[in-house]
Order: sequence, then structure tokens, then C-alpha cells
Amino acid sequence: MSDNLDFIQDAKQLAQSLEKQTATSWLSDFRKQQLALFSEKPWPSRKTEHFKYNNLTSLVKESFNQSVDKTTTIDSLDQAAKLSELNADTLVFIDGHYSKQHSSIQENKITFYSEANDEQQEFIINQLGQANSAKNLFSLLNGGLTQDGVLLEFNKQSSDKPVHIIHIGSAAAENKTVASNLIVKLDELAEATVIEQFLSHDNNATTALYNQMTQCVIGNGAKLNHYRLHLEEEHTIHMGQLDFWLNRDSQLNSFHVGLGGKIKRLDINVYHQQSGSHADLNGIYLAKNNQQVDYHTNVEHRVANCTSQEVFRGLIGGSAKAVFNGRIHIYQDAQKTLAELSNKNLLLSNKAEINTKPELEIYADDVRCAHGATVAQMDETALFYLLSRGIPKHKAELMLSFGFINELLGNLKHASVADYLRPILAKLFEQSV
Amino acid sequence: MLSINNLIAEVEGKTILKGLNLEVKPGEVHAIMGPNGAGKSTLGNVLAGREQYKHTDGTATLDGKDIFELEPEERAAEGMFLAFQYPVEIPGVSNLEFLKASMDAIAKYHKEPEMDSVSFMKLAREACKAVDLDQNFLKRGVNEGFSGGEKKRNEIMQMMLLKPKLCILDETDSGLDIDALQVVAKGVNELRSRDRAFVVVTHYQRLLDYIIPDYVHVLADGKIVKSGGKELAVELEKKGYSWLEQEVA
Repeated sequence: MSDNLDFIQDAKQLAQSLEKQTATSWLSDFRKQQLALFSEKPWPSRKTEHFKYNNLTSLVKESFNQSVDKTTTIDSLDQAAKLSELNADTLVFIDGHYSKQHSSIQENKITFYSEANDEQQEFIINQLGQANSAKNLFSLLNGGLTQDGVLLEFNKQSSDKPVHIIHIGSAAAENKTVASNLIVKLDELAEATVIEQFLSHDNNATTALYNQMTQCVIGNGAKLNHYRLHLEEEHTIHMGQLDFWLNRDSQLNSFHVGLGGKIKRLDINVYHQQSGSHADLNGIYLAKNNQQVDYHTNVEHRVANCTSQEVFRGLIGGSAKAVFNGRIHIYQDAQKTLAELSNKNLLLSNKAEINTKPELEIYADDVRCAHGATVAQMDETALFYLLSRGIPKHKAELMLSFGFINELLGNLKHASVADYLRPILAKLFEQSV
Repeated sequence: MLSINNLIAEVEGKTILKGLNLEVKPGEVHAIMGPNGAGKSTLGNVLAGREQYKHTDGTATLDGKDIFELEPEERAAEGMFLAFQYPVEIPGVSNLEFLKASMDAIAKYHKEPEMDSVSFMKLAREACKAVDLDQNFLKRGVNEGFSGGEKKRNEIMQMMLLKPKLCILDETDSGLDIDALQVVAKGVNELRSRDRAFVVVTHYQRLLDYIIPDYVHVLADGKIVKSGGKELAVELEKKGYSWLEQEVA
């Protein structure tokens, strides 16, 4: 048993041990600064608005003061990791360590922080600093622990091969901290598809603390298709931050899947920094048993003439607890903004819980902004329609709840991703009822 | 086939059907006509087993089986089919998946093997064509974004695939233009057979120009107040319902 202070002590201890063996000494000052900021932050209590609905007990009950020191060997990649129809360049990380054996990079430019040149180093430090200007507790921790990471750079001439990053958690990560870091950089007019995927090897029931920081900088006129798929086993803890920086006339399409874990918390920020940019941010989260899942999204319209559309759907069963916090912040100068947000939830049991909160802050007067959040039980009319065609109630309920999320899968840019997800999610439903 | 005796049913605590009697034999087409509020929709819904429609007294049997002892899905598997007045849109569940699940469930109920996917696809495509719907309707969500006419044609398509013995058409003509009405009627007429019966619930005589009934019943205030042949429908169209209500009163 430890308490909140121990969590911070543990983190410091871990950071110091990592510092001894680092290959990125150019990041040392950054790490120290981040760690110092992390240590000064008060531990979230129930009154801390940002973590109001998160139960962080699992984090302080156990110790996560170590990391996995080398790549765990696995014979073959999990079936669940295979998205072969996508024909992507694949990067595999096992417990945070790059696995050359299972990766295959043919066309895209991929740089590890440990191999970054001066120019790249400067870019990385700046970007990570910018990411943590919000001083999110777990992102500061990530900053303090960032030893290596991946920089993906795309330009106009880049291959159209998607990049598929697979994070696999093995049983070796039990009670360890796995911090990882990714920066995606699209130069002017570049187009790219990036998939971030999180899995548990052989569905092992391991409790590890994963802490992923992803930064996506989308240049003028560039287009990013992004997927973030959290398909880990339910003992996982994940505290992640994901930022998108949109420049002039750029486009983002980001899709999320989040299965519940012991704690699973993702903070997604979309920054419209220059006019003409558009963001589609969509996702589904599914929690059952005693799982938690939490999406905090924040769309910042800082300049005029940008648009954003956001649709998240949640399916919550058992005694699971889900949180969706969708903030839209429209600055005074961000005239002609069009921002829409919809969050719909379906509760599959009486004990399931959803806390949904759309948060609008609008300081410009000539904008169109719409938001809506609903929480519902199964639609009785639709249920009766299926029953009246001979479909048993249990099966009808499965079909309707799956249909509720399948609607979003139908709109994915890559049908291969939807085809990949459908059987995984359908199976989950069959088990859950 | 269908035998209803002194059926009393209520919706939200209000008694709507007040002792309804109806006898339907295989191969027959019965039209139930009546003014708004007479209980026409309640009849179809209470027979199909919709939760808010409560049977409080009387009996209804389908080939001797007490239908009120059966769950809605069991009634369907026993061969009852309610064509909805307002077919429900279910985004995210494809029409194809829905039809397959339905056929499989009914096969399972009768302890028969499920149809293989290839044969099913062939059958579904044929049914789709028969009701003049484009094949892509099979892939779309159930009734999602369908026009009124397309929804009704989808109901007929389901009927073709499920081959029920008793079809109850609940105001199938509402919201249909004359072309759609003809397509729907054609589908129904092709399904008419000596083993299958139809109960056609409608407010207007128009539908009965295309689906010629053997019997016409007038439902008023929860009871059948008059029965006759197809000529009764024509008479009702001319005179309206009020003379009947006065006659009964």
C-alpha cells in the first residue's frame, strides 16, 4: 500500500533510474523541468474538476515505480494486431520498447528521438513543451519519463502507405510504467494516415500504467487521417494526451475506439491555430463490468473560419462508469466558426453510469455552434420491431446496441479499419450480456 | 387459422377493444375498416404483442395456440407477421443482417437448419427485385432514410422471405402515393395463397381496390359492428362512417 505522495516519489525514482541509461541526453533538461512541474502539482481529489469523475485509487494502491527494461520477446504478433488489408508500414512496441522483429517499415520516414538530428531535436523539444503548456498532471509525468519516441514526418511527396503503430502490453509489464511518445508532423500539402493501436498480448490480465503522449502537427493544406484504437484487456490503466495542431486550410479526421480499463483516460485537444482548418473528431467507447473509460475532448477555435464536427457514442453495461467531457472554446476573434458536438450514450444496465458534459465557451458573436448529449436505454420501438420478426430478445438487444456504434463505423474513411473492428467489437458484446 | 373471441384490450389504462370477435380461415383476406380511434391499430399491435398494448380479457388463437401465452418473437415464429404502419428506422443494423437474423431465428424455433449465406443472398436479392427496391437497400440500415413507400415495400419484402401464415397489414396505405400503393398491393397479391390469410387494416377503401378482400368488417368503438363482402367497402367510401355509428347507436 502506498499513498498519493508515494506515487510522486515513485515517479521521481523511476525518472532518475532511467536518466542513468539515457540515449537522449539532449532531452535531459526538458525531462527534469517536466518532472519538477509534475512534483509540484497537487494530487487530484474529488474536488479537482478535471478528474472529478475518475477514481484514481488503482493508481495509488499499487506501485508503478519501475519500467520494463528491455523488449519482451513474443513469438508472433497477436491476431488482433493484424490489419493486413490496410497494407501499412508497421511499427511495433512491446511494453514501450521498439520491436524490430515485428515491425516493417518500407516507405515512410520514421525517426527515433535517439537518432534525431539537431533540427529535429529542436522541433521535438518545442513541440513537447507546447503540449505541456496545459500542465496536465499525467502529461507532465510523461514529459519527465520521455526517454525516446517516434517522429513521423510526411511531406507532399510522401508515400500514401498508412503508418500503423501497435503498442503491445505483455505480462512483463505488471505494475510497471510504460511511457511513450509520438509526434506526427505533416508539412505543407502532405497527406497521411496514422493508426495508433493498443493491445494486450494474448489478452493477458496485466495491470500496467500506460502513459502515451501524441502530438500531431498538421501543416498548411495538409490532411491527416488518424485512428486511435484502445483495445486492451480490462486490467490496463491508460492516461493519455493527444493534441492536434491545425494550420491554414488543414484537415483532420480522427476516429477513436476506447474499451474500458481499470482507468482509461484520454485528453484530446484540437487547436485551430490558423483559418480554414477543419476537424472531424469521432469515436466510440464501450465499458462493461467494473471498467472506467473517460474521454475529455477540447476543441479550441482560436481563429476565424474554422469548422469542427464531433460525434462520440458510448455503450455502457455492467457496473461500468464512463465520462465524456466535450469542451468547445471559441475565442473572441474566431468569427464564422462552425462547431458541432454530439454525444449519445446507451446504458445497458441499471448500474452502468455515464457522466456526460458538453462545455461551451463562446466569446465570438458570429458563430454557429450546436451541441447535444443524450443518455438512453434501449429504444422500445426498435426492439419490438425486431421481436415482431421472430428475433429473440437477447439477440435483438445485441443487434441494437451494436448497431448504435456500428453507425459510426460505417462512416470510416478506411473500410478496412471498420471491417477489422466489427468482429472484435461484436464479440465483446456477445460476451458482455 | 385466427380465432378471436370477445377480445378486450387496453392502452395506457384505457380500454380500446371492447369485445372483438373475428374468425379468419386460411386463404381468406379480411379487411378491417373504421374511423379514427376505433381501435384499428390496437388490434394489430395487441395481436403482435407490443408491450403497451395489454390484453385484458377474451381469447385469440392462431391454429389453436393461445397467442397471449407466447412472446412476440414466438408469435412471429408461429407465422404471424405485422406489417407496421410506421416501420422503424434502425441505423447501424443492415437490412441484410436483420433479414438473416430473422430467418435464422424462425428456422431455429422450428428446429430447422439455418439457410447458408449464399442461398440467403440469392433469395434476398430476388425479394428485393420483386418489390422493386434497388439492391443497395439490402446493405443500408433497416429502413434508414427510406421514403414512406420504400419502407412499406421493405415490409412486403420481409413478408416474402419469412413466409408467414397470417399477415396483418396495419394501415399499409398510409403515406403512400398511388404508384407505391400498386407496388405494395402487387406484392401482397403475389403472396396470396390458399394457406395464407391476410387481415388488412385500413381507413380508406382505396387500398381495397388493389387488394380485393373476401370480407369487410367495420370496427367502431372497439367492436366489429358490421360485416359484409367487398361491396361494403364501397358503401363506406360513399357514405362515410357516421351513418353506421348512428345505426349501431
